[in-house]
Amino acid sequence: MSRKTLPIIIILAMAITAGAAFAQIDTTAEIPDSTIAVTAVSQRLPIAPAPVSSVTAKDTPNDAGKSITINWDLSPDDLGGRKNVAKYIVLRGTSPTGTFDTVGSATAGMHSVSDAQAVDGVDYVYKVVAISSVLTPEGDEIFAPAESGLSNVVHSSGQWFHLVRMARIFPWVLVIGIAVLFFINAAKKGKKLYVRPIAGLVEVEQAVGRATEMGRKLVYVPGTQDMDNVQTLAGVTILGRIAKLAAEYDAQIDVPVSRSLVMVTAREVVKEAYLNVGRPDAFNEDIVRYITDDQFGYAAALDGLFVREKPATIFYMGAFYAESLILAETGNTIGAIQIAGTAMPAQLPFFVAACDYTLIGEELFAASAYLSSEAKLLGSLKGQDVAKVLMLIVAVVGVILATFNVINIADWFKIG
Amino acid sequence: MKRRIPLAITAVVGIVYIFQYFVPHEPVSRFSDWFSDWFGIITAFAIWLGALNLMKLSLLKVSQRKKDWGYALVTIIGFATVMIVGLFFSRGASFQEPGTNFMYLYDNVYNPLSSTMFAILAFFVASASYRAFRARNKEATMLLLAAFFVMLGRVPVGDLITREWLSLPHWLWLSNWADWVMNIPNTAGQRAIMIGIALGIMSTSLRIILGIERTFISGE
Repeated sequence: MSRKTLPIIIILAMAITAGAAFAQIDTTAEIPDSTIAVTAVSQRLPIAPAPVSSVTAKDTPNDAGKSITINWDLSPDDLGGRKNVAKYIVLRGTSPTGTFDTVGSATAGMHSVSDAQAVDGVDYVYKVVAISSVLTPEGDEIFAPAESGLSNVVHSSGQWFHLVRMARIFPWVLVIGIAVLFFINAAKKGKKLYVRPIAGLVEVEQAVGRATEMGRKLVYVPGTQDMDNVQTLAGVTILGRIAKLAAEYDAQIDVPVSRSLVMVTAREVVKEAYLNVGRPDAFNEDIVRYITDDQFGYAAALDGLFVREKPATIFYMGAFYAESLILAETGNTIGAIQIAGTAMPAQLPFFVAACDYTLIGEELFAASAYLSSEAKLLGSLKGQDVAKVLMLIVAVVGVILATFNVINIADWFKIG
Repeated sequence: MKRRIPLAITAVVGIVYIFQYFVPHEPVSRFSDWFSDWFGIITAFAIWLGALNLMKLSLLKVSQRKKDWGYALVTIIGFATVMIVGLFFSRGASFQEPGTNFMYLYDNVYNPLSSTMFAILAFFVASASYRAFRARNKEATMLLLAAFFVMLGRVPVGDLITREWLSLPHWLWLSNWADWVMNIPNTAGQRAIMIGIALGIMSTSLRIILGIERTFISGE
């Protein structure tokens, strides 16, 4: 195209566009007033979408009853077509000719809803209404519904067994349980069991001894959660072993806690430890004392204690949240030997960075058995290791099978 | 008897909890709710044990002028103030509503103090990171490198360097490196820890249910 012809073409195009615009204005001007009014109203009224199809209802499986799951095929105007479905309303009736009440709703794109208000044993039928809507300039919403056909008749009932969990979890519970029990039994019969040394636990005795030598306190923090948390339970159990060592070494132990029930339990545990080593006179009830339930109030109190009294050794064993690093860093600045153990994955890096030794996850639960050196308890650790080996084998085999697209065994572990 | 009854209760409750995971039918499905409610009730009563213990120790410290008794005095004053204001000067049962004297204390004393403690965390993260990322050995150096790429990959300047300035191919952009570190090695490590924790909890639970581990009821 030459340089001369290009401006001409542009001018022509502009002229044609202007002409078309003028013609359009002109055409509109010729439309009678009544037609304009109808067009305006029709723009405000929504067009009903095509109704949904294949509405089915079934008793929700593996539950305690009182629940029915309703499924349907999406309206053709939901993802495609006019794309004007705003939501679906699920209606329930006790007979096809009776009245229907709303029992649930779903946004566009969803094709399933659970009716959790069903009465067990009562027959129900359902229908699903696809709805489109528009907002009027006044802000009112106008709906256009499209009702589906009726579903099958269904009633809800409770199941005695969660079949998916039974099939996918129960075998594992059984295998791991049997492995643990087998090794506990073997240990009872006198079989020697090797348990790998855990650095943090090997150092416990030295850490307690250090507090005695320095004539300073040993502080034990059993987490910030209550007795219904298994980590707190593990923490209190480990406290029993450490209190025993402290009593033997004549170290001054201090257990500030953040829950009343933990205080009561820990007090009994420490008292028992002192009794067991024949030093009931050295036990003082105030060794275990309550501070506060408040997370940061507790952290502030412990930080103050660390800075003022400069304990030689600090143990953190249990469940921790954001206070973990506040405590551990303060302990670090005063030069205390710190041994931490938690099964909170998000807090582990903080403890690893700030403490001398950290028991990672399962090691927290193994600690009590490890420190007690009791055959029965060590046996349970061995059983746990066997379960771990099994898990590892399944993981490796699963990766290989999935890589070669044979089967995805990850589905076997989904419990829905 | 003092030990047998708690052990029996522990065993029964533990077994029921396992049982109800596999049996959704009523009344089994309600057991865990019942136990949680009971625990809540016991905890509510037990709070007085803790509060009284705190007051007893603080009062002793003040009356005997023990070391740092001033802090104990602050504790007593704080405890008494909040309790008196909450009980007698905050419209009774609606003491938690906005505008009451109790909420005034909560919003203007408790909240700022709590936030201050939480804010300190930022500085502790910095000091802990500084220590953790010192390249003392092979592992620490790897940690340092991983942290370097993740931190740089999570801020816009990371991609600005690799994508705009160096015009590197897509797979060499720092954001992709950071995502890879977080999604592959980090997730793998986290999952391994989680599996270990799950097994540890199972094993501990079994020990407690079977009465092998009984330290927590002071029955070694």
